[in-house]
Amino acid sequence: MSPSDAAVESAVVQAPSAGRHTLALFLSELRLVFGRARTQVGLGVLAAVPLLVGIAVKIAGSDGGDEGFIGQIAGNGLFLIVASLGLSLPFFLPTAVTVISGESLAGEASLGTLRNLLTAPAGRSRLLAAKMVALAIFCLVATMTIWLSGLIVGFILFPVGDVLLLSGSTVSLGEGLLRALGIAVVISLSLLGLAGIGLFVSSLTSTPLAAMAATFGAFIVLGILTAIPQLHAIHPWLLMFRWQSFADLLRDPPYWHDIGLNLLVQAAYLVVFYTAAWARITSRDIT
Amino acid sequence: MSAPVVTRGLTKRFHGGQVAVDAVDLEVPAGSVFGFLGPNGSGKTTTIRMLLGLIAPTSGEVQLLGEPMPKAQLRVLPRVGALVEGPAFYPFWTGQANLLRFDAADRTADPRTRKTRAGEALERVGLSNAAGKKVRAYSLGMRQRLAIAVALMQRRELLVLDEPTNGLDPQGTREVRHLIRDLASDGTTIFTSTHLLAEVEQVCTHAAIMSRGKLLRQSTVAQLRTELRARLVVRTPDLEQAAQTLQGLGVTDLKTTDETVEGDPGELPIEKFAAALVAADVRIHGFGLERPSLEETFVALTGEGFDVAE
Repeated sequence: MSPSDAAVESAVVQAPSAGRHTLALFLSELRLVFGRARTQVGLGVLAAVPLLVGIAVKIAGSDGGDEGFIGQIAGNGLFLIVASLGLSLPFFLPTAVTVISGESLAGEASLGTLRNLLTAPAGRSRLLAAKMVALAIFCLVATMTIWLSGLIVGFILFPVGDVLLLSGSTVSLGEGLLRALGIAVVISLSLLGLAGIGLFVSSLTSTPLAAMAATFGAFIVLGILTAIPQLHAIHPWLLMFRWQSFADLLRDPPYWHDIGLNLLVQAAYLVVFYTAAWARITSRDIT
Repeated sequence: MSAPVVTRGLTKRFHGGQVAVDAVDLEVPAGSVFGFLGPNGSGKTTTIRMLLGLIAPTSGEVQLLGEPMPKAQLRVLPRVGALVEGPAFYPFWTGQANLLRFDAADRTADPRTRKTRAGEALERVGLSNAAGKKVRAYSLGMRQRLAIAVALMQRRELLVLDEPTNGLDPQGTREVRHLIRDLASDGTTIFTSTHLLAEVEQVCTHAAIMSRGKLLRQSTVAQLRTELRARLVVRTPDLEQAAQTLQGLGVTDLKTTDETVEGDPGELPIEKFAAALVAADVRIHGFGLERPSLEETFVALTGEGFDVAE
């Protein structure tokens, strides 16, 4: 056999294996995130939000005089979905995202499993991508959990029917559910900027708790900055400034402008912090 | 074929200026069981981390299986089984689930055979019965064996094992050493670090000695052992007489203990000493040349005991 034959043969042997089973790491990552008891407890807490709100409204009654979506729950169970998503957005959902994203790389580093993954070899860029994809899926699953729980509890406890939109027109229950689904998706996308920050912070340390605390600290600081009127000049660039724009999906026709700006800000935060995390993880000494 | 592990001037300086590894030139021959020997803190683990691309060298280069690291790591590392600095696992997962995850991280690993290969690896390290137990419930020895199982999930050309018998009981240690010999007989090159000289003497064909970040020696174990000249040892009750006789024959570095006189015999053939001692009426209870143990060689090379190097 000539050397070129040998080269061809080894190429044949090598080629099918190269880049063949890229998906396995991503699936394994999902198993790691969603298989953990703490994730399941967290999702359970989120699922309990519509239940608590629903029971409170049922017991206390609602004459429609209450502000916002909560006041509409007694009249139409569908609003339990929207109200629960809206109530979870400022605190519960960011907390969950903070915990999961802070854990992502720092957790592997503290267990020492990062060594095993990198010598497997997972590839540093690919591992980071798998972590981010799992985080994005977690954001979606978290909001969908509320959506689903709100749907079930709302339909059991309250009457449902055509949906009165913010702009005064009425749409069918089916379209109302679809719009609520859209809200869940927009909210999960709204969490991606924070997830990016958490991933970056997590790449800096080997202590998951420190990563969670720092990410949550950043979230609080951004919240405070958003609340100071004198800083209005920088407000459009702040992570949570247009978080409430999801409600624009309940207008007829939906008002996309603020939602679009919100998603652009999320994308910008995600790109900046994901790049920073990449620069960090690809150059970091793993001990 | 080039050596499976080659380093040139490999150096790691940590922030703060401490030099953990200082211009190390390693060459591990194919098919060898290479003992990487040194006290704790001598730079072994840092060297291994650089071999595997976990940390970047300050200067110098690494070639693994003929390819540059860390540049070619995605191509090289699937052919290398590694155990770095003690076992690390997800404690909330079973031993088997841990194996499956690390195998899934390697995109060249075939998912269809993953479970079978995990079962075989677990069996090989004697953990079949504990496969379904959470790692949290594993003893340190079991974790150590599970870590070796990770390295055995695929056929490897090179195994890099950092203190593989650490934390194992005598039985487990014997099993791991047996396993290493077994793997070596299949042609796998094994690079194993240890701070136990006995381990090197029992399993290794080659050894390198590290001390304070520097590579002091590397050669075959047999060569290292004969490095120091054998000493003449005479067991006798007539210590003074024996010492005088030997001194007269040019023996240097004489030392007298309670019942022996020993020294460097120089170039004279050994039978001359026996004859001279008998002629001088020295009662001889024992007589011979003693080779230094690897431990004595080590002390002679490093000028320090086998404790933590500061």
